[in-house]
Amino acid sequence: MDTVLKSLVSQNTRANVSGDNIMVAENLRAYYGSFLAVKDFNMGIKTKSITAIIGPSGCGKSTLIRCLNRMHEVIHGARVTGKIFLDGDDIYAPGIDPVNIRHRIGMVFQKPNPFPTMSVMENAVAGLKLTRVFGRRSEMEEIAEKSLRQAALWDEVKDKLKQSGASLSGGQQQRLCIARALAVEPEVILMDEPCSALDPIATLKIEDLMRNLSQNYTIVVVTHNMQQAGRVSDMTAFMMMGDDRAGILVEYGRTDQIFTNPKDKRTEDYITGRFG
Amino acid sequence: MKQPRYYRRKWFDRLMLGLSALGAGAAILIVCLMLGYIIVHGLSFINLQFLTSSSAGPGQPGGGMRNEIIGTLILVGLGSFIAVPIGLMTGIFLSEFGSPFTASAVRFATDILAGVPSIVVGVFAYAIIVRPMHSYSAFSAGIALAIIMIPVVARTTEESMRLVPDSMREAALALGITRWRAVISIVIPGALTGIVTGVMLGMARIAGETAPLIFTALGNSFGYSGMGKPIGALPLQIYRYAISPYKNWQQQAWAAAFLLMILVLIISLAVRWLSRKRQV
Repeated sequence: MDTVLKSLVSQNTRANVSGDNIMVAENLRAYYGSFLAVKDFNMGIKTKSITAIIGPSGCGKSTLIRCLNRMHEVIHGARVTGKIFLDGDDIYAPGIDPVNIRHRIGMVFQKPNPFPTMSVMENAVAGLKLTRVFGRRSEMEEIAEKSLRQAALWDEVKDKLKQSGASLSGGQQQRLCIARALAVEPEVILMDEPCSALDPIATLKIEDLMRNLSQNYTIVVVTHNMQQAGRVSDMTAFMMMGDDRAGILVEYGRTDQIFTNPKDKRTEDYITGRFG
Repeated sequence: MKQPRYYRRKWFDRLMLGLSALGAGAAILIVCLMLGYIIVHGLSFINLQFLTSSSAGPGQPGGGMRNEIIGTLILVGLGSFIAVPIGLMTGIFLSEFGSPFTASAVRFATDILAGVPSIVVGVFAYAIIVRPMHSYSAFSAGIALAIIMIPVVARTTEESMRLVPDSMREAALALGITRWRAVISIVIPGALTGIVTGVMLGMARIAGETAPLIFTALGNSFGYSGMGKPIGALPLQIYRYAISPYKNWQQQAWAAAFLLMILVLIISLAVRWLSRKRQV
């Protein structure tokens, strides 16, 4: 075992995870047309914890996380079979509007994507402004400040709330996107490689933020970066591409267990850098 | 050591460069000649009376294009009023909602519509509106111009909306925003300068159309008298006056040509200014 990784995991102070699953995937399969990208996925996500999904490129991590808030089907020809339960209800049941699901499960993308035509303030409350018909200005400002504070961005942007969201630095833009997701008050926040476009300092800020947010929110994070998974997550899922090129869940468990004592040989090979 | 056929290749190279420069020069020369010719013939007849009075009879002094100027503005306005919503919605459908198959079918249809000769559009409007209503009308002319304008607006709208990155749509959808709301509040604001440019290009295009007006607007020297009645328009009057045998009418045709050219020039300059703003 890599000693560096071991020491990283030992810094993780919240390794003992208990509590119920807020989300459960059952026999999930995700397709792009006829191509099977994620196969027979079964996994539970624990309430108010950080779950990391790691694995080599192309193993279906991003596809999987996009299934969790029904963003996968936005791509033309993409579809999902199986079930995903949120608080016990299947989000893929007939008659469920994905718009309502996405309201309850927020998402932060790989590349920061604030709306360039909106100011910092408008970006922060975009999710509310564009879903509610009315919104009092003072109420909006309150929510904007609250979510910008939650995203640890308020002190940096409080004097430039009227500026375009695109005028901020990359790390600030990503925290603005997190604030934007928080303003809707979701139950779960999905993060698809949220730091891959950021420098190390901005990355650390986002990771600190994730630790703080996990006291109140459930976070699922896809990451390329094993050290990041070791630093921030409570639970880790390791995915791999199977022989038929479909992504499968190889091993899922507490982060310290996955990193120090993996049960599967393939997990160990990946963790110790023998492939990937 | 020289490469084989060195001189021959070198001279051929120079010859082709020279020819392309010559072609570019010819294009500029044609524009300058035409502008110069119209300015020389038209500018001297532009005066307040020309802009503010109705047309005079053949051989009579005075007279102006007031009714035709107003007519052109009304027709361009009416054409845009019909074409902009339809073209905009078509563009939105093509860019956002159509499946690849339906979108390419609709795109093909708009391309065909864009390629239909304007005189055919005029005959069509004549057959389905003017004949049944037993009257030439501003209304029928507006429809004919709208048919010409719709594909221009639809395709420029589609193209500028496609330039808005998908990450913006995904960001909106992931917030629990409906697709239509995402289009209205996120995609269209991002594509707005492009869309406005398309609308203005369409307006410039229909402002100069003559052929469809012959069958629909007919011309009206008494000024605007209702949507159901014939209406005058600058290009129509240029055509009428230029082929007439009367000296003063021919002069006024030049002046009207000058006016129309200025109108289109102003629109194109505005388009250039807008599209440059977009690049920044």
